[in-house]
Order: sequence, then structure tokens, then C-alpha cells
Amino acid sequence: MMRKVIIYILLIISAFLITFPVLYAVSASFMTTQEINRGALLPSSISFDNYVRAFTSVPLFHFLMNSFIVAFGVMVAQLIICSLAAYAIVFIPFKGAKVMFFLFVSTLLIPWEAAFLTNYITILDFGWVDTYTGLMVPFFATAFGIFLMRQQFMTLPKELWESAQMEGCSHFRFFLSFAMPLSKPILSALGIFAFLTTWNMYLWPLLLTNNDDVRTVQIGLKMMISAETGTNWNVVMAGVVMVLLPTLILLVLGLSHLKRGLTQGAIKG
Amino acid sequence: MTDQIAAKQLMDPASRDKEKRKKARKNFWTAMLFMLPAIAIIGFFLFYPMFKTLYFSFFVVNSRGDTISFAGLSNYLYLWESSSFRTSMKATFLFALYTVPTTIIVSLFLAVITNEKVRGIPFFRVAFSSTLGVSVAAGATIWLILLHPSVGVFNNLLAGIGFDRIGWLTSSTWALISVSITTIWMNLGFNFIILLGGLQNISEELYESARVDGAGYWTQLFKITIPLLSPTLFFVSVVTIINSFQSFGQVDILTGGGPNNSTNLIVYSIYREAFESGFFGTASAQAMILFALVLILTIIQFKFVEKKVHYQ
Repeated sequence: MMRKVIIYILLIISAFLITFPVLYAVSASFMTTQEINRGALLPSSISFDNYVRAFTSVPLFHFLMNSFIVAFGVMVAQLIICSLAAYAIVFIPFKGAKVMFFLFVSTLLIPWEAAFLTNYITILDFGWVDTYTGLMVPFFATAFGIFLMRQQFMTLPKELWESAQMEGCSHFRFFLSFAMPLSKPILSALGIFAFLTTWNMYLWPLLLTNNDDVRTVQIGLKMMISAETGTNWNVVMAGVVMVLLPTLILLVLGLSHLKRGLTQGAIKG
Repeated sequence: MTDQIAAKQLMDPASRDKEKRKKARKNFWTAMLFMLPAIAIIGFFLFYPMFKTLYFSFFVVNSRGDTISFAGLSNYLYLWESSSFRTSMKATFLFALYTVPTTIIVSLFLAVITNEKVRGIPFFRVAFSSTLGVSVAAGATIWLILLHPSVGVFNNLLAGIGFDRIGWLTSSTWALISVSITTIWMNLGFNFIILLGGLQNISEELYESARVDGAGYWTQLFKITIPLLSPTLFFVSVVTIINSFQSFGQVDILTGGGPNNSTNLIVYSIYREAFESGFFGTASAQAMILFALVLILTIIQFKFVEKKVHYQ
């Protein structure tokens, strides 16, 4: 009994400390400027004025749509491209399968932050600056995705393919109608993860977006900070809440999937 | 179907061999077709840039990626002698030291207390993993106001209990610590999820038999949980170190590398060298140093830590 009480106390204190920044952001997004300057923790009344201002001071809605397009595009492409590669490694017996897998996984050691300079030049040469293509294409395949899907495909029984082959089923049809549908839980984990990381990306869109057309919401936030020059923190916090809302909802809904997927990648590795 | 098998049995060894080779060739090309998109993307946006960056690091390069002249090792020598690069390396290592152990210890603590069987656990799990959904820009913006000198909650708290206000982001002693606190908070969610997954993988029977033998809470924690969790802890520590070397967004939003370069972490330093000063050559040399750091650290970890790791 005593132990349960201690656990609850620890849980509640930790939960308060960890969620405090986000709760404060939500609370501050409803405050007046005076309340923020006074150091209040809760707003005296609820009004959505700050949100209205956040959407008018910068094209926030447009930025949110851009982020959505980019994150969704990367998610779909990653699911298809990583699964295809992983499928070949697991189900198609060919010379060099091990080497290919090793090459793919070895890219986990290449930090994107060490490659972004040259990638920027490449995008510049292609004329892809300020385009969705430039923002998305470099992330269409990741070693993590290929690794995760390989682990998943290895759990599917080989006999399934053997009997399908007897019936004259091609690799591509087997991939589409058996391997993929049977991997739905891991696919959703990878999908959620890809969406989250792309939505949250910062350095790449900072370099690649010089105007509002394709600018993502993360860079929009940086614009808001300088546009509001620090005096209207409530408006900036309304912007923060709008950025956080989609990913937090996704996280709450998909947490169990995500946990299974990430754990599989981490522990079986 | 049976006809086919019968036909195969009738074939002489030579043509069976030929058949086999034909099939192997067909498999090879099918596999290549399946892997083509992944090979193209990863090859073009990860392998090729590494070689190109290495190449750039030996040249004077302008901001459009044109090599102006061969520079030999002078980009590296320049960095070696540059005091601002030395400050930036020092900040990068200090930052790793401040963030990595704390992140792992706190997220391990959170994972252990949410692995208990009490009511309402799903709620706490969501709360503790929530920072995974917080983007670096949004997280840093929130902390920008929390750490604000005059309206920030932290300074209000300090003033409330009679202490002096601190220039969290403007004093060179505190700025790196402030960026570290922000980063620790942001990394908790991911580490928590992985460690909790690891904990749930440990079989309940082990604890039961330990309890039969009269082992208490702490004995179970240090004799069962931690040793069996060590592969996951190992993974988490590699990822967290690498992540800390790659931090960028929080620096850009919170401090812009200042004051006096005290938070000019390596990726930020690369970014400034290339996009503010326009020296892509020296920026590439820095990127190669970052690459080497990540590589060496990962290898060291695999060589030395993995030996001490228990596998179930």
C-alpha cells in the first residue's frame, strides 16, 4: 500500500514537470500581454484573440498545409520505398543480398548533418530550392525504415511465398497482396514515425525555403518570433499550440503502434 | 503443375544447371528493381554527399558549390588554429556531457515507475512520451519564454523565493546549460518509449522467482532489471550521443550560437561557416570532423560497451 502511494506521488510529480512546458504554452496562448508580463500561470478568461492574430500575422494556415503536404508525401514514399527494398532482401534470393543490407544499414552512421551542405548544392543545381520536391525527395528512403521492414518481413513464414509461387504468383503481387497487408502494425509505426520526424524537421526547410510559398510551419514559428519581436508572447504561444496539436494528437492515437515499432527496431537490432 | 515437375525430373543435369542460372539472374534483376528507388535516394543523398563533402574539404569552395582552388589540408589547418572552432568543439563536448547521462537516467527512472502495475498507467505513459511529438522549433520556442529574463517562469520563481534573476540565455555561463535543459526535456519522450519497451520485454517469471528467493525492490532493480536492460541502454546511449552532436534547431532559436560562441555547437558552426560566411570548403572540413566523431564514437561503443552487455 505504502509502495503504491510512493509510486503515485512520483508519477504525478514527474507528469507535472514533464508536461509543464506544453501546459504553460497552452495557458499562455489564452493570456493577455499584461498577464504574461505579470508572470501569471493561468489566464483570467478564455479568448481566442491570440489565435486569430497568429493566423493573420503570418500565413500560418498556409504553413500548416505545407508541412502537412511534405510530411504526408515523405510518409507515403518511405512506406513504399523502404518496404520494397526490405522485401527484396528478405524474399528474393540473390547474390549480394547481405552486402546490400549491410550498405543500407551502414548509412545509419552517416549523420544527415554532415551531408546537408552537398545536398544543398545538389538541390540548388536541380533548381529545387523553394519546391516541395526539394523538401521531400532526400527523405524518401531511410536506413531505419529498411531495417524495420526487414525485421518485420523476416517474421513472415517463408512457406507462404513458396506456396504462392507454386500458384504462379509474382514477387510484386505477393508483395502487394500478402507481405504488405500482413505488416500493417509495423507499417503504421513507420508511417507515424516518418510523419512526425518530417513534420518536425527544422534545418532542411530553413535552408530550402526563401519565401512563404512552400515554407513549413516550423520555420513559420521562427518568423513569428521575429515578427512579434518578443512583446506578444501570447500570439507566439498560440502559434506553438497550432504546431504541436497535429503531432500530439497523432502521438496519443498511435502511441502503442509507435512503441511496438520503435522497440522492435531497437531491441532486436 | 505435375507435368512441370515431371518435365524437370526428366531434364539432364546440364540444362537443369542452365535453368538454375537463368533463375538466379532473373532473381537478381527483380531484386535490383525492388531496391532501385532506395538505392537511388540513399546513394544520391547520403553516400555521394559524403564523398563530395570530403572532396570539398580540400578546396576553397564558394556558396554555389564551385571549387575555386585546391587548398590541400589548409581548411583543416585553419580549423586547428581557429579559436572559435576550438570553442565550438568544447561546447559540443560539454553539451554531450550535460545532456546524455541526464537524459538516460531520467528516462530510465520514468520507464521504471511506469512499468508498475497501478491504475492509470496509460495516462502517464502518454504524458511521458509526449515530448516525442514536440518539434524542436516548438519546444525551443516554449523554453525561450520559460527562460525569458523578465517574464519567464523560471526567473519569476527565483525572484519569488528571493534570489537574483539569471540571464539564462544571455550569460555565457548559463546559456549552454539552458540549451541543455531544453534538449534533455525534448529527448525524454523517445528514450522513455524505447526503455519502457525494453523493460516490458523482461520476463515476469524472473521477478517472481527472485521474490520467492526473498529479493527486495532494489535487489531486483540492480540484479535483474538493469543488467537485462543493458542492450537497450546501450542502444539508447549511442543514439542519444549521436543526437546531441546533431543538435541545431534549439541553438538557432534560443541563442543563435552566442553569447561569445558559448553555444555554437558543431552543426550550428557548420551552418554559419557555410551560409553566413559563405566558406563551403571550411564548412565541409567541419562536416567531415562531425562525421568522423560520430563514426569513432559508434565504433568505440560497439567495441567496448557491447562486451559488457548482457543478452537474454
